Amino acid sequence: MLYIKCPYCGLRAQKEFSYGGDATVKRPNINEEVSSEDWDNFVYMRKSPRGKHIELWQHIAGCRQWIKVQRDTATHEIFQTAKVTEEIR
Amino acid sequence: MQKYSVFSLIKNAFSNHQNWEVAWKDPTPKSEYDVVIIGGGGHGLATAYYLAKEHNIRNVAIIEKGWIGGGNVGRNTTIIRSNFMYDANARFNEFGMDLWRNLSQELNFNVMFSPRGIINLAHSDAQMNAYARRGNSMRLNGIDAKLLDRDEVKKLIPMADFSDEVRFPIFGGLMQPSAGTARHDAVAWGYARQADDMGVDIIQHCEVTGFDVVNGKIKGIRTSRGDIKAKKVGLCVAGSTNILAEKLNMTLPIETHVLQACVSEPVKPLLDGVVTFGAGHFYISQSDKGEMVMGGDLDGYNSYAQRGNLPTIQHVLTGGLALFPFLSRLKMLRTWGGIMDMSMDGSPIIDKTHIEGLYLNCGWCYGGFKSTPVSGWTFAHTIAQDQVHELNSDLRLNRFSTGHLLDEKGLGTKTWIG
Repeated sequence: MLYIKCPYCGLRAQKEFSYGGDATVKRPNINEEVSSEDWDNFVYMRKSPRGKHIELWQHIAGCRQWIKVQRDTATHEIFQTAKVTEEIR
Repeated sequence: MQKYSVFSLIKNAFSNHQNWEVAWKDPTPKSEYDVVIIGGGGHGLATAYYLAKEHNIRNVAIIEKGWIGGGNVGRNTTIIRSNFMYDANARFNEFGMDLWRNLSQELNFNVMFSPRGIINLAHSDAQMNAYARRGNSMRLNGIDAKLLDRDEVKKLIPMADFSDEVRFPIFGGLMQPSAGTARHDAVAWGYARQADDMGVDIIQHCEVTGFDVVNGKIKGIRTSRGDIKAKKVGLCVAGSTNILAEKLNMTLPIETHVLQACVSEPVKPLLDGVVTFGAGHFYISQSDKGEMVMGGDLDGYNSYAQRGNLPTIQHVLTGGLALFPFLSRLKMLRTWGGIMDMSMDGSPIIDKTHIEGLYLNCGWCYGGFKSTPVSGWTFAHTIAQDQVHELNSDLRLNRFSTGHLLDEKGLGTKTWIG
């Protein structure tokens, strides 16, 4: 079981959360011309690194906020969590 | 090569089975090969075998970081089927079914292919309609499909919960009688033994650390056991695809996730086919040893750990208990995990790449085992002829940017869902 520290509620079990994928993927700006390649990269292309990965989770059975989690994809160790508006370095 | 038969078994019994030939050798890598296949799993071994057999390319090496058959070909739940709705997936996998049917004879290795049938259960009228549609599509592609009503399902799996109080009553199901299971390790070993006999070097415990690409053309690979020159290189590394892609500065429409499976203690024969629950993600079959072999959802987050967590096992087995209450009396023997190359539309990629001489075989999601023979067959063709075969002409890498997705389940890009 993973234990994720929600920045709003504190340490909670993985079962309270749902996964939202890679948090570093940036949506192309609205109202600007988007090339097919940029759109392709945004929708489909993923680095999926082995090691540190910054990802989105939603505390769906808690405060329902989206949060960022920095986690190791090889060991499942969680290093850091943050509000979705905050940066993880 | 020593032929395996009842006669060779009797003959070797006289020497207490001490004098069997090794099934494959343990060569040191040569400095140059015509083709290097990275990944000694089922798909890589099958690719090397068909390169040698169908295309007479025998100066081939398989480079494996661990040992052959130690990844997903030894970790899957051994289900073989071709019950797909889309033409591209259906004809690809039905060609594979034909290869399966003759595989034990062809490899002179008993892969124990057992066409015992698969039933996908339906729990609503809408689901029955969807299965009728899928069954019709399968039959148009020459694949056997049978729509079963509730009573027909009850005859086949009377131990399922058919009581009136269940949350998801069984309305019926779609059956592919020709689907089945096989002994997964034997598939890897059978391909390895034949490939080795035709001159393929199977190089284990050799990690690929980099690639030599000059002017957009592959020249060779760098490994933990030295540099190896190669005219062509094929990637068959399933869950490790993104790690190698990063070394090639490629980004792929793939995420790596962990999938768990589990088996119960062995019990007497009670379930002769494969059954999938239609109201949750759960599938089950009984191995020849009597263990109930079960699986379901991904753990649901990117992972390269070949192990998962308990909540997913609990969730999967909750579905299992809803379908088969008798499972609650069984002890769990073991659980394990494997890492899946989840493509963004749920279908595989077998294609050339923008690098000349570099070929890609990935994106198998949780369905790679059933496609082992056809994947190797088409990938060998793609490498040998430097062009895709008609069978994998829809499994291109560029289908994501052109919009020609093969989204069999209609789930979109959230690979961790369903």
